[in-house]
Amino acid sequence: MERVIMADKLTKKFGDFTAVNAISFEVYKGEIFGFLGANGAGKTTAMRILSGLSYPSSGKAMVAGFDVYEESEEIKKNIGYMSQKFSLYENLTVRENIRFFGGIYGMGRKELKNASEQLIERLQLGPEANKLVGSLPLGWKQKIAFSVAILHRPKVVFLDEPTGGVDPITRRQFWELIYEASEQGITAFVTTHYMDEAEYCDRVSIMVDGAIAALDSPLMLKQQFNAASMDAVFLQLARGAKRSE
Amino acid sequence: MKIFLAFIKKEFRHVWRDRRSLTILLGLPIMMMLLFGFAISNEVKDSKIAVLDYSNDAMSKQLIDRIGQSNYFTVFESVRNEAAIESAFRKGNIRLALIIPPNFGKQMSKEGSSIRIIADASDPNTANIVTNYMNAILADFIKSKFSTQQEPLNIKVESRMLYNPQLKSSYNFVPGVMTLIMMLLGTMMTAVSIVKEKEMGTMEVLLVSPMKPILVIISKAIPYLVLCFIDVLLILLMSYTLLEMPVRGNIPLLLAESLLFILTTLSFGLLISNLVASQQMAMFISLVGFLMPALVFSGFMFPIENMPLPLQIISNVVPTKWYFYILKTIMIKGLGFEYIIMPTIILISMTLIFILLTLRNFKIRLM
Repeated sequence: MERVIMADKLTKKFGDFTAVNAISFEVYKGEIFGFLGANGAGKTTAMRILSGLSYPSSGKAMVAGFDVYEESEEIKKNIGYMSQKFSLYENLTVRENIRFFGGIYGMGRKELKNASEQLIERLQLGPEANKLVGSLPLGWKQKIAFSVAILHRPKVVFLDEPTGGVDPITRRQFWELIYEASEQGITAFVTTHYMDEAEYCDRVSIMVDGAIAALDSPLMLKQQFNAASMDAVFLQLARGAKRSE
Repeated sequence: MKIFLAFIKKEFRHVWRDRRSLTILLGLPIMMMLLFGFAISNEVKDSKIAVLDYSNDAMSKQLIDRIGQSNYFTVFESVRNEAAIESAFRKGNIRLALIIPPNFGKQMSKEGSSIRIIADASDPNTANIVTNYMNAILADFIKSKFSTQQEPLNIKVESRMLYNPQLKSSYNFVPGVMTLIMMLLGTMMTAVSIVKEKEMGTMEVLLVSPMKPILVIISKAIPYLVLCFIDVLLILLMSYTLLEMPVRGNIPLLLAESLLFILTTLSFGLLISNLVASQQMAMFISLVGFLMPALVFSGFMFPIENMPLPLQIISNVVPTKWYFYILKTIMIKGLGFEYIIMPTIILISMTLIFILLTLRNFKIRLM
């Protein structure tokens, strides 16, 4: 299987504080990788390193075949990103948002036009496409934000708590979009606080105090920790955490 | 380049759709020009005065007539003694009193005479202004009476107001308003617009994209550059048509210097935006931390030469001072580039320093 993300003893220190402590893992093409951990466990920091926003203090990491130290510009072209804070422009229309984000990834005019019309059709936006994003319900915004993040067909899409504050039905629809993307070979790297979502992932890692405490498929994890649900697995691990917010 | 254009297009859309900010951007200069042009004025007209005429001769009567005819003074009352002057001041009826000594006419044609002017200095600026007007009228009067005679003992006061013979206050406030508006809009709007992206979380998405951070920053500033430049043109047009204030110097030079100053304010706005995390903070810093000194040290409202030395030194690091100086030199004195080389160099260096600091901070944030 093709490795899309590889981290080897990846470490990030802020002064004396070790936010990420020598984490190692691999993520494969088309995989949906859940990146779990309590607040302050270090998952956002790890994600920032992998997405080129921050440099590691030590260790090695490759994303989409490029080194995070040397080739962060190449990485940026090959990833998509959607943050927990909502990330479309509220006072642009849906269509303008799609065009803009496609544009900053260097998509050509024609390619962009086709891709945006396809997207509008697929999400059944119709006339809503010319409305300002600010006037749409949150669930819609997030579906659009995700679709925009994978518009340029990245190898990996990083999703930082993408479904925060969304109702269960919309969350379910959102995950269907992730599955679709994964079938097209786009790897999804997801952080979440919802344990039902952890069950949807192919594999899950759970970070505790900056280190990876467990990593496997949800099924195996439940067996390993002798738990009925991912919720129970998570609680067993996170309870042992020394640092918390 | 294509990415860059897409970005700028988006910025213009933001500005265009944010009607409130747009109103401020274009409405503020218009409002300030109207306010300063028609409502607020340094010219003091129709000041009421009291006259105590000990002489009561033909000469003194002519003088009083002359004063009354001017636009600046109205003789409110003629009093008999100095106590009456005092009480008129106390009641706030008059701004100025004139005491003409006995035998004014005779003395004048012999060895000269002295007239006392008393002004109400509870408002020192006004007192200064009305005293100056009075002096000018007196000097004029003396000149008209005695210029034909050879009178060695008469001291002729002849004052000439260079560059602004009519003492129009618009000559001072048009450059002043321009300076302040550029400072306010350039700095605050840029700072707020960038910090807004941080708050909304869109900045992260931009930084993860292949777009170079420096391009993100530059393209955020460009719409405000254009808008500030429109404001410059708007103010010049208004001052020319409504206030009848011509630009004496070279207009392309004036515009080029304005562009430079806009760049200074924008780069300062960028710097602020890098240092703060919320829109309120950005607004607060640009308003309180910067607009106040910009106002005080520009020389627009308070003469810098009158400040204590430490403050005079501080005033040198305030960009508004230099732009205000440049504007006055070009617009009012009509002088050329050779007279403003130094201020231009200072503004250029300030801009470069702001940009350099911005870049350094920006890199640190990404580490």
